[in-house]
Amino acid sequence: MAISYRVEPHLLTVGLERDLDLASARDVRAALDTLLDRYPDRDVRLNLDQVSFLDSTGLGVVLGRYRRLAAAGRTLHLVGVRPAVAAVLTVAGVRQIMAWEPRVASEAREKGVVADGGDELA
Amino acid sequence: MAETNSLSLDLASHPDNVGLARLAVAALAAGAPFGVPDLEEIRVAVSEAVTNAVLHGYGGRRDGRVRVEASLSQDRLQVVVSDQGRGIEDVALARQAAGGDGERLGLGILFMETFMDHVVIESHPGQGTRVVMEKRLPVAALAPDGY
Repeated sequence: MAISYRVEPHLLTVGLERDLDLASARDVRAALDTLLDRYPDRDVRLNLDQVSFLDSTGLGVVLGRYRRLAAAGRTLHLVGVRPAVAAVLTVAGVRQIMAWEPRVASEAREKGVVADGGDELA
Repeated sequence: MAETNSLSLDLASHPDNVGLARLAVAALAAGAPFGVPDLEEIRVAVSEAVTNAVLHGYGGRRDGRVRVEASLSQDRLQVVVSDQGRGIEDVALARQAAGGDGERLGLGILFMETFMDHVVIESHPGQGTRVVMEKRLPVAALAPDGY
């Protein structure tokens, strides 16, 4: 599973490194839920820097995690959003419920954080 | 308009073939002067149509067949995705569905309709679904040299 993460006192940062579609949804969902359960009480930042494709199935995984977190009073923030992914988020109206930053802005601020700092999740 | 290039894929209803279908159709479309955002939109639309066939047509069964036909003419790309699965009972209702699996179907239809210029979904319960999508080439790409 191409997923990396970094744990801070109040924040869990997770980086995904594969396209989010029907082929990957089940594995990505399970891996994210494992991390969300393992590190409770933290807000979550999902880095999509390496995600070049996301469709409604992939978006369903993201929205499902958002709802889980929101129900527990936690937030989900997307960073590293590429233009192709941003187009899908925009059409779906995600901006109204969840904060996200495009790839360029978050790259400058988050340089190297997730790709270099995370542990591999088996 | 005369066809300039085309492809036809006969795929098993396997999740991995969603990526294969969008890769193939995007590669065909890249032979025409579509912009990069256009190609990304085509990838999403094809992904949605094939995912619908796998999930809603065959209920996740992997032994169904999904047919993807794409043709490029001088002014547009046409993509036809068809299955012989269980069909969608009410396409208009599916479009509005919210929550769970219905939400994915509704969003999938929204993405196809937003990212392509023309989408027709024909579905008959028990007989399958046929999605016909078209995307026109940018007008600038159609202008003769010197305009």
